Amino acid sequence: MIKIKDLKANVETDDGAVDILKGITLDIPDGEVHAIMGPNGSGKSTLSYVLAGQEDYDVTGGSATLDGEDLLEMSPEERAAAGLFLAFQYPVEIPGVNMSTFLKTSINSIRKQRGEKELDALGMLKLIKTKCAELGIRDDMMKRAVNVGFSGGEKKRNEVLQMAMLEPKFCVLDETDSGLDIDALKVVADGVNALRDPKRSFLIITHYQRLLDYIKPDVVHVLAKGRIIKTGGPELALELEKKGYSEFVEEAA
Amino acid sequence: MSGVSEETIQTVTDMAGKYSAGFVTDIETEKAPKGLSEDIVRFISAKKNEPEWMLEWRLKAYRKWLEMPEPDWAKLDIKPIDYQDSYYYSAPKDHKDGPKTIDDVDPILLDTYAKLGIPLREQEILAGVQERTPVAVDVVFDSVSVATTFKKKLAEAGVIFCSISEAIQEHPDLIKKYIGSVVPAGDNKHACLNSAVFTDGSFVYIPEGVRCPMELSTYFRINELNTGQFERTLIIADKGSYVSYLEGCTAPMRDENQLHAAVVELVAHDDAEIKYSTVQNWYPGDFETGQGGIYNFVTKRGMCEGRNSKISWTQVETGSAITWKYPSCILKGDNSQGEFYSVAITNGRQQADTGTKMIHIGKNTKSRIISKGISAGKSNNTYRGQVKILAGAEGARNFTVCDSLLIGDQCGAHTVPYIESKNKSANLEHEATTSKIGEDQLFYCMQRGLSEEEAIALIVNGFAREVMQELPMEFAVEAQKLVGISLEGSVG
Repeated sequence: MIKIKDLKANVETDDGAVDILKGITLDIPDGEVHAIMGPNGSGKSTLSYVLAGQEDYDVTGGSATLDGEDLLEMSPEERAAAGLFLAFQYPVEIPGVNMSTFLKTSINSIRKQRGEKELDALGMLKLIKTKCAELGIRDDMMKRAVNVGFSGGEKKRNEVLQMAMLEPKFCVLDETDSGLDIDALKVVADGVNALRDPKRSFLIITHYQRLLDYIKPDVVHVLAKGRIIKTGGPELALELEKKGYSEFVEEAA
Repeated sequence: MSGVSEETIQTVTDMAGKYSAGFVTDIETEKAPKGLSEDIVRFISAKKNEPEWMLEWRLKAYRKWLEMPEPDWAKLDIKPIDYQDSYYYSAPKDHKDGPKTIDDVDPILLDTYAKLGIPLREQEILAGVQERTPVAVDVVFDSVSVATTFKKKLAEAGVIFCSISEAIQEHPDLIKKYIGSVVPAGDNKHACLNSAVFTDGSFVYIPEGVRCPMELSTYFRINELNTGQFERTLIIADKGSYVSYLEGCTAPMRDENQLHAAVVELVAHDDAEIKYSTVQNWYPGDFETGQGGIYNFVTKRGMCEGRNSKISWTQVETGSAITWKYPSCILKGDNSQGEFYSVAITNGRQQADTGTKMIHIGKNTKSRIISKGISAGKSNNTYRGQVKILAGAEGARNFTVCDSLLIGDQCGAHTVPYIESKNKSANLEHEATTSKIGEDQLFYCMQRGLSEEEAIALIVNGFAREVMQELPMEFAVEAQKLVGISLEGSVG
């Protein structure tokens, strides 16, 4: 269960601190998929960064817990070990580090933090092979440097692969649909759907309703100017799509 | 890419005092009187029971040294060296020159090397064979070689692997023919000093047509206070032979600077190949003040004497207060090839000025330079390289890549290439980049569970990968760890 309460955050700019999140309250029970929609600049990506512990943002109030554990007290890697996974909007390139080395280091860092036994080379190979097969990812991707020269679709599929391997409790997908054509979108959505589990919850951040055709959310929240202005079922996304953000935000105000 | 946070810089800074090889071995030593003079040169030569011609060669070098100026063209801030305030010979007390096996070695020394992760007992190495291929080691402690392993096995293949002192006694013709043939005694002040006072080092001869059956290596350890190490290595690969050789170096943490002025000469005849790798981890000095540490002033040069010969230098330089080092290739034989792969990491107050020279003389000669410099803390890291194509080097080719990675904003990275071509058919390429570790890269890794230290080690190893993969397998893992340790402290 993820519980976010009155979460506030700002970012330092040349003109002083600017408030981005102005009090977000949100509960996501295990097994549920929540979507957050909102116009550009509403604070969607900031929310994902703040939850994951990016240091550019200062949390100025409120709380966020995962299964009762205070996320805001933890370093980014501790949050990862606690079960938080962020699928990045712009996955980062790491030249010279191949995918299998990266995955191995990642999984074993998390296992080490959890006090579990590290996987040996063989165990790792097996796990990678199984997960790649499930997601239809070709083995040769594992020999390439992390995200270097990956197409938009490959980058996002790579995020889903990592999500599948790390088996998180809570997944945040930050505009995973941006830059994807319909085919790639479907592949990514299938991957996410395969990971749906009564013990796992999702927060899907998106600008468009399109992604939600493929990943059916239980709850939809609309975010504007750093606040959730409306919460409803999947039909809310359709309404939003029809009216457009400006009209919708005006009505809600 | 955004800049690096204060905390990242702090993490890197925290490596101070984490130098794990910094212990001192308590062993009784025999030393020459302090200082440098003609008498000291004679003392060393006498200690080694050298023939007259060797002593003469040394004395000539010494006289030349007295007149030579210190090289001052590197981007290094070097405090004046008091050559009289150092010992030029220091050996464990019961040391005798000549052929030795591990059974003759003082157990204290064996323990020292075990602590450094260098197994010396052949039985133990062979017992662990499933895990790692056996490697023959020549072990140099302060001024002398204390043991050489697997000599018998190598002798069966016709390979000579012994200390240079032993080679002077046992193989004088080879020494006379080759010593100083690639790096003349008067090449530069540091090489000249070495020629006068070198005390030991390794000698390798691979006969015609032989592929050396195992990796060869020398492990250099400076232990004694105020002692310089002046080793000399000579490797000759006869026609159609192959050898891969690796050297490693460590020293205790001391407040005084210590001088390490080595000379390495390689000679590759027709169709021969020498692969020479270095993992250099001398004590870098105090992190904050820069006090102490090794002055690593090394002259390394390879002669591609024969047609189709090849010499490849790979170096991972993480230690030393000051590094002045340019492993080079003279490409004399037609179709010969020279390679230089380098990772140089500086942190704290370290200074490195390192690179290579590729001198193309023969036709269709090829050279390749891949240099990766990583600077952190308040350090300075310079790549200095020369590519020279002589008039007769028809069809010569060079490819150079110099990449620099900066961690923090108080360090420096500099690239100084010299390119000179006297032949119009030559083809030269030079690429250079400078980048910073991005906060976005670190965050991405940390979101996947890596600590900041692990993330830096991973990113830097990725940056240096092209070079790291040139290292012999047996050492690649160690070197990767060392990259982590030299930038962070706790990995390993």
